[in-house]
Amino acid sequence: MAYPYVSEREVRLISKHLGDPHARALAAAKQNGRYEGLRKALEMSPDQVVDVVKASGLRGRGGAGFPTGMKWSFMPKDYAKPHYLCCNADESEPGTFKDREILRWDPHLLIEGCLVAAYACRARHAYIYCRGEFFEATQVLARAVEDAYADGLIGDDVMGSGQKIDLTVHVGAGAYICGEETGLMNSLEGRRGEPRVKPPFPAAVGVFGMPTTVNNVETLCAAAQIVLHGAEWYRQWGTEKSPGTKLFCVSGHVNKPGNYELPLGFPLMELIDDVCGGMRNGNALKAVIPGGSSVPILSAEECRTCALDYEGVSACGSMLGYASVIVMDETTDIVKQVRRMAAFYAHESCGQCTPCREGSAWVTKILKRIEDGRGTEEDLETLKELTTQMVGTTICVLSDSVAAPVHSSIDKFRNDYLALIRRGERVGVA
Amino acid sequence: MPDRKDEATKPVETVTLTIDDQTITVPKGTTILHAAETVGTRVPHYCYHAGLSAPAICRLCLVEVEKAPKLVPACVTQVAEGQVVHTQSDKSLAMRRGVLEFYLQNHPLDCPICDQSGECKLQDYAHAEGRFHGRGKEPKRVFGRDDFGGDVLFYGDRCVMCTRCVRFMNEVEQEPRLTVVERGDRAIIDTFFEEGLEGTNYHGNIVDICPVGALISKDFLFKQRAWDLDRTPSVCPSCSQGCNIELHARDDLVQRLKPRVNMDVNAYWMCDYGRLNYEWINRGDRIEVPLVRKEQGTRATGWREALADLLQRLDAGPVRVVVSPRLSNEGLGTVRALVDHLGGGEIVYRSERAADEIPLKGFPKLVRRRDLAPNVNGAALLDMERTGGEDGDGGLEAFAAHTGVLFVVGDDLSDQPASFGEGALLYVYLGTHPSEAAAHAHFVLPLTTFAEQEGSFTNHENRVQRFWPALEPPGVARPTWLVLGALLAERTGSRPPTSAAAAFEAIPAFGGLTYEQIGTRGARPAPDRLEPAGASTRGERA
Repeated sequence: MAYPYVSEREVRLISKHLGDPHARALAAAKQNGRYEGLRKALEMSPDQVVDVVKASGLRGRGGAGFPTGMKWSFMPKDYAKPHYLCCNADESEPGTFKDREILRWDPHLLIEGCLVAAYACRARHAYIYCRGEFFEATQVLARAVEDAYADGLIGDDVMGSGQKIDLTVHVGAGAYICGEETGLMNSLEGRRGEPRVKPPFPAAVGVFGMPTTVNNVETLCAAAQIVLHGAEWYRQWGTEKSPGTKLFCVSGHVNKPGNYELPLGFPLMELIDDVCGGMRNGNALKAVIPGGSSVPILSAEECRTCALDYEGVSACGSMLGYASVIVMDETTDIVKQVRRMAAFYAHESCGQCTPCREGSAWVTKILKRIEDGRGTEEDLETLKELTTQMVGTTICVLSDSVAAPVHSSIDKFRNDYLALIRRGERVGVA
Repeated sequence: MPDRKDEATKPVETVTLTIDDQTITVPKGTTILHAAETVGTRVPHYCYHAGLSAPAICRLCLVEVEKAPKLVPACVTQVAEGQVVHTQSDKSLAMRRGVLEFYLQNHPLDCPICDQSGECKLQDYAHAEGRFHGRGKEPKRVFGRDDFGGDVLFYGDRCVMCTRCVRFMNEVEQEPRLTVVERGDRAIIDTFFEEGLEGTNYHGNIVDICPVGALISKDFLFKQRAWDLDRTPSVCPSCSQGCNIELHARDDLVQRLKPRVNMDVNAYWMCDYGRLNYEWINRGDRIEVPLVRKEQGTRATGWREALADLLQRLDAGPVRVVVSPRLSNEGLGTVRALVDHLGGGEIVYRSERAADEIPLKGFPKLVRRRDLAPNVNGAALLDMERTGGEDGDGGLEAFAAHTGVLFVVGDDLSDQPASFGEGALLYVYLGTHPSEAAAHAHFVLPLTTFAEQEGSFTNHENRVQRFWPALEPPGVARPTWLVLGALLAERTGSRPPTSAAAAFEAIPAFGGLTYEQIGTRGARPAPDRLEPAGASTRGERA
């Protein structure tokens, strides 16, 4: 298939139809088995659906890796208040490009996932919160939702089951922080996209003050497949604690960057060397950010033994997060990369919490100064201390996201910083 | 600690926990911040204000709770049974020091020209818990100043983004005129278009609750340094609500008024009308000495001579008195006692009435009342009758032409002609400021304003509240109760009251209430000792 790159080592459960322009239409999607999972879910009770997902061990694909079935089980077991399901399609982590592809190529899989989850969570209304920049993907999705409404798959009587589930596609205005679940809820309500203090958790007080579950696009797609094929089927891939497959967004200095759906626990080096066709120009590997720009950087050495599941990456001192693998070769100017990431977060900080608002901007200014050759060795200690002060002191984890790459890069690539500070030498710059 | 009486009446479940090695028991649902206050620890905070919602965004009140994965914000975290909290542990202090450092990263160090200096929470916390040396080498971001309309000037650079002002306007005044625009370190408080705060009636409070010098009162701009001000508890004299206030004075001049917490009356707030209506206290054209008019002309004398003179002429005929509802309970009570002693007579008061009440929507107890005088209820309780129009003028025809004994106490008669009291056998004008209508007065006696004496006012719900002297009286001006009390004592051969407390407690209308019972928060006389409800309108003429 033409879709950018494929590998025979992939297990394509949810990415099977990526790149196939004919799979988008409702009729083709139905032929591909879409909505069969929903049909099966509607034959079960909501609690049974939750149990299946629980048994599968599916973990949230939005970054935190929280068990999905457990999240659903936190929802009240009655219909006393309106419940809501939010699908988080505000894919804004630098290095991530998997949800957009699902929206573009297989929107009905996501709709099915939303309906299954809404049914399991006893939600009468599901929202898909799309990132503001996803023009094409949102159009495809909106078209698919219209088709599904017309076909009776969404609405007052879902597939003739008597269940009423509505689905709304909501387009954000383009802010990183609206991908944080409580920020998303505020944005959905029409407020400033600012994360809320937890507790209360969304399962108790969520969007419009009602019980809410927020799930990532990939999670919902996987859940639909799990309900269709069963928990054991899903567990044949991945590890005991991280079952199933995961879409890895590989970018950077590899020959074949792209989305690869692989079983969890896949070795990182094999992903780079085998699946992605090795490093660009045969260069040596320098560093890898395994989970999107908000996790600590891994040095080449740490990558050797790293297995790509939630536990394996944690053991190497980073996080699987979003599974957005950013590969950097020896020509990479780490200081510049880190400064660009910090600048991104400084720009995207919502400005509520002081450590994040002031800290992210301050860190960026110092990094910029170092990059411009006006840094001192003292600055490195300041940076490390500032980033320590930014971890765990704020409402959401954006502040931690600034700290992680800065702190880890100073630890692991100190020589790059020192070369710049002491001799003005920039790696990768002639 | 605000006491919320309506909540305190319910039976309360309690939680026992340990804060800084002290075990305490507090009601369930108390936040760690409040619980810590009961053991005498004030955890630093900006965004939290007892009168507003708590967004937990300043991150300054982080404290360590054992077994919690990270530090928790004390302002929103409720206490739990058996919890062990360390507000002063190394970890808590280190994190708070870190947060303070972030605040100072962009905050200008313009304390020498900042009005907030001396009462600035950033100064206080940075001195108490902050780093000794700053590490900031980067240029600070600059926002500049903005006129928010009304009495408020905004210094964007000093803002710590606690959003108290935004929340006050949204939640308490319920006039959403402010908002946060932009995000990250570009985030700033702003008004919607050019509308600003103009036309809102309680916006002065955002200056009070701003923990730093970002919101500054234009009225107070560059006027005084906070540490030079003498602060005296008092009661706002601008309407019958009786907001508890502080008079901030320097050089014997009132520089500004600030609200004083009283959950039963005004909570933490006061209206802009009251806040900015203080210049009259500072007027320089005062009556400073007793003036006695005789055939050979008017002459300044001492009190002893003036009162001795007056004493001899008191029985010149039927008595009529004009008082002012700006007088204290003690003053009015002494007038009542004197008039009763002289065989009774008509006592009237005049006061301005606004067309509308101005309620504070988020705290409905606080209303800028229609009566624009502080002690209308006190006068009514003492059987004095209201006269004149809504603007506080007129209604004195019978008094202007009275031929017996005429007393004018406190009312400046600004609308009356110079011929006022021409025909009176005895016309005594006791007042703070000279009046043209006192031209025919036989005695012009200097009184003190409420700011220069101790006393009490009775507010719209008959709550008696005390105020204390903040300024030196001009010349030999004296409070009403002292002047008329001496006169009365001389007549009856009793001892004159020696204090405002004695003067107050001698007034039967207040049902035995004492100054001690009133305290700093005020008290209401027992209901059965009072006239039936509606006392505030009872004095009105049909």
